[in-house]
Amino acid sequence: MTTRYFGAPVQRVEDQALLTGKGRFTDDVKLPGTLHAAFVRSPYAHARINGIDADTARTLPGVKLVLTASDLPTQVRGKRILLQVPNPAITEPLTQMPLALDEVCFVGEPVAVVIAESRHLAEDAAEAVFVDYEPLPIIGDLAAAIAADANPAHAHRSDNIAARIQVGYGDVALAFQSAAHVVSATLPQHRGTGNPIECRAVLAMFDMVHDAFTVWSATQAPHGLKRALVDILDIPDTAVRVIAPDVGGGFGPKLQVYPEEIVVPICAKLLGLPVKWIEDRREHLLSTVQERDQIWTMHLALDADGKLLGLRGQMLHDQGAYVPWGIISPYISSVTVPGPYVLPAYKLETLVVFTNKVPTTPLRGAGRPQAVFAMERLLDHAADALGLDRAEIRRRNLIPTEQMPYPVGLIFRDGKPLVYDSGDYPRCQALAVEKSGWETFPERQRAALAQGRYIGQGIANYVEGTGLGPFEGATTQVLPSGRILLRTGSAAQGQGNQTVYAQIAADAFNVDITQVDVEVGDTASIPLGVGAFASRLMVNVGSSVSISSAAVVKKLKQIAAARFEVSEDDIELADGTVRVAASQGGALTFAEVARMTGGMPGFSLPEGIEPGLVSTHYFAPPQAAYANGSHVAEVEVDPETGMIKVLRYIVVHDCGKVVNPLLVEGQIQGGVAHGIGNAFLEKMRFDEDANPVTTSLADYMLPDAGIVPKVEIYHVESPSPLNPIGVKGAGEGGTIPAAAAIVSAIEDALKPFGVRIDEAPILPERLCELIDEAAAGNALKETA
Amino acid sequence: MHHPITLTVNGRAVTAEVEPRVHLADFLRHQLNLTGTHLGCEHGVCGACTILVDGDAVRSCLMLAVQADGTDIVTIEGLQESDGTLNALQTAFRKHHALQCGFCTPGFLATLTQILRDRPEIEEDELRGELSGNLCRCTGYSGIVDAALEVARGLRQGGTAP
Repeated sequence: MTTRYFGAPVQRVEDQALLTGKGRFTDDVKLPGTLHAAFVRSPYAHARINGIDADTARTLPGVKLVLTASDLPTQVRGKRILLQVPNPAITEPLTQMPLALDEVCFVGEPVAVVIAESRHLAEDAAEAVFVDYEPLPIIGDLAAAIAADANPAHAHRSDNIAARIQVGYGDVALAFQSAAHVVSATLPQHRGTGNPIECRAVLAMFDMVHDAFTVWSATQAPHGLKRALVDILDIPDTAVRVIAPDVGGGFGPKLQVYPEEIVVPICAKLLGLPVKWIEDRREHLLSTVQERDQIWTMHLALDADGKLLGLRGQMLHDQGAYVPWGIISPYISSVTVPGPYVLPAYKLETLVVFTNKVPTTPLRGAGRPQAVFAMERLLDHAADALGLDRAEIRRRNLIPTEQMPYPVGLIFRDGKPLVYDSGDYPRCQALAVEKSGWETFPERQRAALAQGRYIGQGIANYVEGTGLGPFEGATTQVLPSGRILLRTGSAAQGQGNQTVYAQIAADAFNVDITQVDVEVGDTASIPLGVGAFASRLMVNVGSSVSISSAAVVKKLKQIAAARFEVSEDDIELADGTVRVAASQGGALTFAEVARMTGGMPGFSLPEGIEPGLVSTHYFAPPQAAYANGSHVAEVEVDPETGMIKVLRYIVVHDCGKVVNPLLVEGQIQGGVAHGIGNAFLEKMRFDEDANPVTTSLADYMLPDAGIVPKVEIYHVESPSPLNPIGVKGAGEGGTIPAAAAIVSAIEDALKPFGVRIDEAPILPERLCELIDEAAAGNALKETA
Repeated sequence: MHHPITLTVNGRAVTAEVEPRVHLADFLRHQLNLTGTHLGCEHGVCGACTILVDGDAVRSCLMLAVQADGTDIVTIEGLQESDGTLNALQTAFRKHHALQCGFCTPGFLATLTQILRDRPEIEEDELRGELSGNLCRCTGYSGIVDAALEVARGLRQGGTAP
């Protein structure tokens, strides 16, 4: 196999259409006669529904249908959406109903839907659906929700504990007994939002001839949505096709199956016409899942040299009102904490807590940013306590590369022992320290301070379980035209999946990349699929493309070898032909072989060869592949205004083999931008009644071009031994340690004030408060 | 109640009847089927729907279709060279990986088309400030900035505006 494309900065095959307005996002799919949906949503965080009067709405112009929970088809009524990731620790598998029946548990929960000739008319009529709500006691605050007498987030429950998770290993008690130093911290971290620029979207039609649905959705997991529809509608697997066309960003939240994706197909069948619903930004901020609200209370034991002895604590995770994706995020948080460090003993008790807020599920990083924030903040505090440099205390504790593969002592979320497969953590940190000028920074910092400028650097390391199974498949086929077609059910949301898959196949067939077509995100193209999450597609689909392409190449060679009566070793692929190497005679085009093997009467396949130039492979990795990295942030803070500017950002990143550096660097740059938002911009605010108040992009701040610097990126390649192409995931690493590195840098910049920051995000007004508190504390010390 | 409007869209004369409450982006997307213009927030913050109205970058979600009567509009569908190839800015976007999901891209292209035409001398800091009215959740902006600066350099050296 040649390697002309693998590893090269190949420009994307996706770009031509997207740059010329020819992309096809869900709202761009136009079907004749399409009707439009508007949802009626709860204005209360918790209320009983005593009745719904939709009579007026039904009479309004253009209205075709109004549905409430009690109007749903009988097989759906009272059912909840399939819980896709069950776990025995979940106390009650509460997922949403397609429409709330008698109780609403967060602001924005759908209660009814209006279908009309236009979205305008549907929204007009939605205003006329009168819901008789009886407000119920609300629990919005995570810390308060675990109290014995807390208001229950669900009226029928006696408490708010959605799950208890305990993880750990080693003798923690002994570690603390023998410790020379113990540092402790309480670390509240805030939920953020996905906010892809394309909101959610769904279009459904029902084909009465075939008794089957076709659903277009801006989803990360077409097969997941298909499973949920099959389950709740109680229909055969063959009666639903889900297509994720171009999807305008995902970042985790589009992985979930939402009520709208169930209700819209139901309406399309009832009306016999296509129905479309496009989420608006307010709905996105109300009803699309969020992540990250956690409170960590942690204690770290160290010896006199700063070596870690043990870590223990408790974490509270705000689950919101439902558990649509089980307890994956808090579980990942709990097993990500040890990171790249030798940690002899660890014990964490996690409480997953229901509140009357929109549910939380994985968002870029999926529980890892909080865990890394907790560990890295503790290490900074320990460095302060021991009088060590922050990079030095880390260096002393990094897992030596000779110890790879390294068993951590925990079980990862894939149910497999958490074993780091490869990596060179000391080298990554050393490179980050070198490239950031870490060792000479204190001089720059002093010089800046002399000019009245507060600059600081912060460092953070992480290890990320990527490439999770159970599997993802791909089909490679040589078409009768001679072109190569790749198909996978997993959807793409901008990562450049089509390009990297095409790179792998183009190398295998020794053709130009323009000879390869890639179809993603259609359940009709492959029977089984899992979805785009957990930085898993390069490992799973990339490996499947590699293996299925190799199988088709082998078949081409076998057929040509039989035809020309030479050995397979004498056959080569070049210029879209399969031919006898180093000879003038004997060549078949891919097109000829495809036509012969595709059912041409009179052509018999060589013995043992199956029909068609096609192969499907489902790669199932033995366990997760662990990527890692070291980030250094450099910031300037204005202590008067609390404004923060990121001056430089250095990333050393190891995702195993880099298939396309242009794309991997794009993932890192974009991931860091998301992390910058989590560090000091993005705050989803709720009032005391758990009403969201940041429901526009004017209120919820996303990072813009003036805020995000160009990230300086360095690659270290430790190939994963766990898949045939040596790759690990790269989609989330940019985000994971960013808040930790930036907050560390802010704290460093404000050293003259003695400010300690144990929370994220840190918004300007909060930073000013902390500066004032620190100043007051210092004044008190001076008086004493 | 519908109002008649007449305008030019990507060089073609268009006459249409529009409802007063239909905004310009919906008119382009749903009445003219020019779905390359995307809606990200419909409240004027994200900039995804930015198009060129009489040469100026304008948020088409904040303008009603009736207000576009008599205007000359260019959308992403009208940015390519006359032979259908990508223009300099589009080419630079591809080269610098300035787009991932591509949903915000039409707005960035429109905003930058005006900036590069009016101020090819623009430097990075100022460019970043100008671009703060367009949000991208995927790229972290550096590819977009690099692409625009490369085109600006080309213009200063005598190239043609995109």
